[in-house]
Amino acid sequence: MNRSTPYSARMTTVQFPGAQAPTREYDLDVGGIRIAVHEWGDETADPLFLVHGGFDFARTYDEFAPRLAAAGWRPIAWDQRGHGDSEHAALYGWDADIRDAIGVMSRITSKPAPVIGHSKGGALMIQLADAQPFRFSHLVNLDGLPSKRPMSDLADHERSRMMAGDIAGWLDHRRTTSTAVRKSGTLEELAQRRARMNPRLTMEWLRYLVTVGGREDADGWRWKLDASMRMGGFGPWRPEWTATRIPGLGMPFLGVLAGQQEPMGWGTLPNQIHTHLPPGGRLEVLDDNGHFVHIEAPAVVAEMVTDFLERG
Amino acid sequence: MNTVFLTHNKIQLALHLLRAGDGQPLLLLHGLGEQTPAVAPAWTEPWAGPVYGLDFTGHGATTVPMGGGYSAETMLADTDVALAHLGPSTIVGRGLGAYVALMIAGARPQLVRGAVLCDGPGLWGGATGPTSTSFHSVDPPYAAPDPNALIDLSRDLRPPDYASLFVRLALEHSGLAEPIAVTAIVRPPWLAAVAGEVGVSTSTVAEALALYKQ
Repeated sequence: MNRSTPYSARMTTVQFPGAQAPTREYDLDVGGIRIAVHEWGDETADPLFLVHGGFDFARTYDEFAPRLAAAGWRPIAWDQRGHGDSEHAALYGWDADIRDAIGVMSRITSKPAPVIGHSKGGALMIQLADAQPFRFSHLVNLDGLPSKRPMSDLADHERSRMMAGDIAGWLDHRRTTSTAVRKSGTLEELAQRRARMNPRLTMEWLRYLVTVGGREDADGWRWKLDASMRMGGFGPWRPEWTATRIPGLGMPFLGVLAGQQEPMGWGTLPNQIHTHLPPGGRLEVLDDNGHFVHIEAPAVVAEMVTDFLERG
Repeated sequence: MNTVFLTHNKIQLALHLLRAGDGQPLLLLHGLGEQTPAVAPAWTEPWAGPVYGLDFTGHGATTVPMGGGYSAETMLADTDVALAHLGPSTIVGRGLGAYVALMIAGARPQLVRGAVLCDGPGLWGGATGPTSTSFHSVDPPYAAPDPNALIDLSRDLRPPDYASLFVRLALEHSGLAEPIAVTAIVRPPWLAAVAGEVGVSTSTVAEALALYKQ
């Protein structure tokens, strides 16, 4: 379904050098959930999928995607359920995110296409590439390569104590989600809050991010992200299990790992990934960059990716 | 059967009063694809307190949401919302409800006065670790029981050490010597691990309820 008013035209805009609003924006109904899709570049060019990370949104690619479009691709990103301009769902889950991805990708093309995933989006796409390899011509993972949890070496009783706090905190949060709203603030305040999680990104970029990932209400700006979503959490999945899917991937694979650790990064070290690379797979380490490699170094990463897509 | 609806995020949870009583509530959790029974089961007759049943998200009279995304942890939160309404309760769970009963016993040890784990649909769950995966989509409209629930909750991972963690939390914080009772004949890996933990009894439902009503 086409959108008569682009999301980008609904609110105050802030310019950022090199950032470009999507060329096309529209909604898709995926299993009853409205998913917002954003595209850059020539509609007839070959599609390339961009998958954002947790607590992010598609328009974090506003600077990176135009560079890929300029290289002749049709970058397509979508807001995962509860994120950005997509619908706030009743339920969220890893498999649901993958099903939503399949729903979007299958509407765009039935042919293998390159897929680039950042952070959680990268880990999601490792699992999808393992389950449905026919959708992938290439897979690029931007600092979304999982390793063991930092707490894996803790004694059992200490881990139990931490888990008890995590579980109770999460349940307390769930009791309040029906009335929860994101905290409002000025554009500058939201940018400052984001800077605590993204300390290496410039305030100029973070202000821009507020205007494309937030909405301006009568009482100020607030992130569009569903207030029922919360950092942290618990569950049976172990991040290192995702890594077990990497060696068997059959499509050309490029991993880009950040050398600088920061709050939203995963703390994965190159030697934890080198042993799991698929045949012919590449791992590039950007020593001077943090978790958001494609935002900190868009030109370097875009050139690295386009070169990889051309040469395999 | 009197029913109240409790809000959990965008879901209206149906909590049914199956039989009035005086004393500590007994909360029944159904199996995967089931719903709260229309009348209190005969084995609840010795229980003096009120007997309730909760319909999980996507089941019975509870909201069926769009797009799936179910997890046992979300069913745990459904149950926690019910306990916030009921106060300290004894819980009897069938199948999926048994797994959720175990989790809530560890997650809210001060609110769970014994959890009884019984055979029933959804007892096995999914694998104990990573597997080859397939993804299935079901187009709306959905009706209870939600087909997405049947898909998602029949494949949720249940590593034995994850299940055991909830036993240890229950034992450490509930004040009960045996906060978990296993009555299930079938023992998938997660339940075999639970049954082997300190603080877990194996008994009949009647024996377990006799213990917890004290």
